[in-house]
Amino acid sequence: MNGVEGVLTASDVVVCCGSGGVGKTTTAAVLGLRAARMGRRVVVVTIDPARRLADALGLADGLSSEPQRIELAETVDGGELWAMMLDTAATFDGLVRSHADDADQVERILANGFYRNIAGAMSGTQEYMAAETLHALHGDDRFDLVVVDTPPSRNALDFLDAPGVLSRFLDHRIFKLAMLPTKGGLKLLGSAAQPVFRAVGKVVGSDVLADSLAFFQAFSGMETGFRERADDVVELLRADRTNFVVVASPRHDTITEAVWFAEQLRAQGVGVAAAIINRVQPSFGDDTGDDTVAGAPANTVDGSPELAALWQNVAELQVVRDAELDALRPLVALTEPSPVARIPLLDRDVHDIDSLDVIGTHLFGA
Amino acid sequence: MPPESENPLPSLAAANVVVVAGKGGVGKTTVTAVLARAASRAGRRVLVVELDGKPTLERLLPPREGEALSVVHLSAPDALEEYLNEHGFKRIAKRLNRTGVIDMIGTAAPGIDDVVVLGKIKQFERSDEWDLVVVDGPAAGHAVTFLTSASGLGRAVRGGPIKQQCDDVLGLLADPERCMALLVTLPETTPVNETIETAFALEDDVGIRLGPVVVNGVDAGVELPDATTVDRVLAESDLDARQRARLSEAATFRRSRRSMETEALERLSAGLPLEQVRIDALPVAGLDADDVDRLADALVVSGTAR
Repeated sequence: MNGVEGVLTASDVVVCCGSGGVGKTTTAAVLGLRAARMGRRVVVVTIDPARRLADALGLADGLSSEPQRIELAETVDGGELWAMMLDTAATFDGLVRSHADDADQVERILANGFYRNIAGAMSGTQEYMAAETLHALHGDDRFDLVVVDTPPSRNALDFLDAPGVLSRFLDHRIFKLAMLPTKGGLKLLGSAAQPVFRAVGKVVGSDVLADSLAFFQAFSGMETGFRERADDVVELLRADRTNFVVVASPRHDTITEAVWFAEQLRAQGVGVAAAIINRVQPSFGDDTGDDTVAGAPANTVDGSPELAALWQNVAELQVVRDAELDALRPLVALTEPSPVARIPLLDRDVHDIDSLDVIGTHLFGA
Repeated sequence: MPPESENPLPSLAAANVVVVAGKGGVGKTTVTAVLARAASRAGRRVLVVELDGKPTLERLLPPREGEALSVVHLSAPDALEEYLNEHGFKRIAKRLNRTGVIDMIGTAAPGIDDVVVLGKIKQFERSDEWDLVVVDGPAAGHAVTFLTSASGLGRAVRGGPIKQQCDDVLGLLADPERCMALLVTLPETTPVNETIETAFALEDDVGIRLGPVVVNGVDAGVELPDATTVDRVLAESDLDARQRARLSEAATFRRSRRSMETEALERLSAGLPLEQVRIDALPVAGLDADDVDRLADALVVSGTAR
C-alpha cells in the first residue's frame, strides 16, 4: 500500500486544502474514488465545482446539496461513492432550526436581512458551514469516510477556526449590548451603546441598523447551543482520524502558499498527512542515458531538421520539469516523512470517471 | 483565429482604470505586471493596485530608470476601518475593533468593504498623479461580487455618505472611457468555460466594458513534425530504441497538449466575441522581474508576449 493510500485507510475525514486553481476539487474526487474502490463508503463534499467535475462524477445535472450516489463499475464489495455540493445558506438555516426554541423564533431569524447576510456573505461562513456539513456527514451511518475540499482561502486556519467565528462574533461587546432585553428600538438601548449605534446608523442607514438589532434580539438564547455545536465541530477537525492533505501545483507561488498552509497546520499541532502536487511536467521514456537532452549526439541531428526539432522538444519539456521539481522542493522538505505525490500533467481532459482513475493510477499506482 | 500582430497595448489599456480578473492560478498577477510594465515603458504614469493577499507585485515590478510605476496594496478591512474613522467614528475609533463594530457593519452592509476599496481606486483615477491604474483583481467568482458590490449596497442603503460612494463607484464602472475589465484565462477547457461565464456575468450584472481576453501560457515552443514524419525520421535514424521511445513519447505528449490548447482557444473564440491577446508560456515555474520586462517588450513588438 503506498503512502497516500495509507492516509485514506487511516482516516474517517480527509480535508484537502490549498490555494485556488491547483486542482483541489479534482484531487478530492480522486481520493474519494480510490477509497470507494478500496471498499469504503465515501462521500465527497465540494465547494464550488466546475461543471466538468460534476460531469466527471457522472452527475449530468450538476452536483446537488444532497449526497448523490455515483454508480461505479468496479468496486470492492461494499464500496460506495457519493458526492454533494456545499449549500452554505441551507446548512446555516438548518443549524438555526435545530437550535431555536420554537417555530416563531426560526421564522423571525430566517426572515431577517442581517441574518441572510451572515448566512450568505459573512467571511468565514462558508468555511464554518463546510466544517458543519463535514460533522453532519461524519455522523451519518451511510458513510464511513468524508472527503471535503476547502474554500479557496488564503489561510489554512480559516477552516480550523471557522466554527469559532460566529461564537466570537456573538462575544463582541456590542452584541451583548444589543441583546440586552429591551422592547426593541434604539431608544431603549443602554447609554453605553447609543453613540456607537447612532454612528453605525449614520453610515449604513437606520433600516439596516434596525434589521441588525432585530437579529440580535431574535437570536438571543441560542448562543450557547451554537457554541457547543461549534466546539464539537472543532473537536472533529482535530481528531486523530481527521487528516489534512495539502494540494499544490508546481509553481513557486502556489508552493509558497502550500508551505505556509503546512506550517500553520503544524503550528496548531495538526500536521500534514500528505502533499499532492498536480500537473507536474512529465518525463519521457527512460531518461537515464547519457544523452543530455540539450546536447543530443551531433551526428543524429546533422541534416535532419526534424530530428533536431524532436530533441529540442525533449529539451524544452525537460527545462520546465527541472524548474518545477526545483520549485516544489520546500514543500517536499516540509512534508516528509509524510508521503508526497506528484501527479503528471496529462495529455487529456478530466471529464469522466475513467480520467479520474487515470489520475488515481498516477497517485496510487495501478 | 490567430492574434492580431499589431501592438495590443492601446486596446489593453484603453481606459483610466483596468481591472484584471480571472480565476486563481490563471496568471492574473502576471498579466497585471506585464501590462503595467508595457504601459510604463510607453511613457504612461502607472499605478498598480494589489488587493488582499500577500504582496507579490512589488517584486515583479521594481523601479526602472525613466519610468513612473508604483505599486500600492489595498486591504479591504483596513480600507473600511479608515473610511469609518473619516466618517464620524473617530471618537469611538479605539473601540471599533474591540466592540466588533467593524464586523457588524461589514455584515449589516455586505460589500461595504469592496465599495470602500473601489472608492479609493476612483480617487486614484481622479488624481493627476497617474495616467493608468491597473488593478490586480480578485478571483473570478469574486470579481463579479467585487464589481457588483456598489449596485447591491446602493439598493440597501438609502442615503448618507455610503450611498454617495456607491453612486460614484457606479459612475466609474459604467463609463467605458474611465474603466474596463480584462479577463485572463489559460488555453484549457475549464478556465475557458469559466471565463465565458464570467464575461457574461460581468456584462449582465455590472455593465462594465470588457477589454480583450488575455490568454496566458500559450505554448510557443519548437514546431514539431507530424506523427508520420516523426515515425519515419526515427526509423531512419541511428538512435537506439531507448532514445527513439523518449523522443516519440515527448512529441506525442506535446502534440496532444497543443491540440487541447487549440480546441480551448476555438471554444473561446466561439463563445466570446472579444479580441484575444496571447502571452506565451515561459519555461519556468514562476516569473521574476526580468521575465516581466521581457514579456512586456514582446507584447508591444509582436502582439504576443513571448
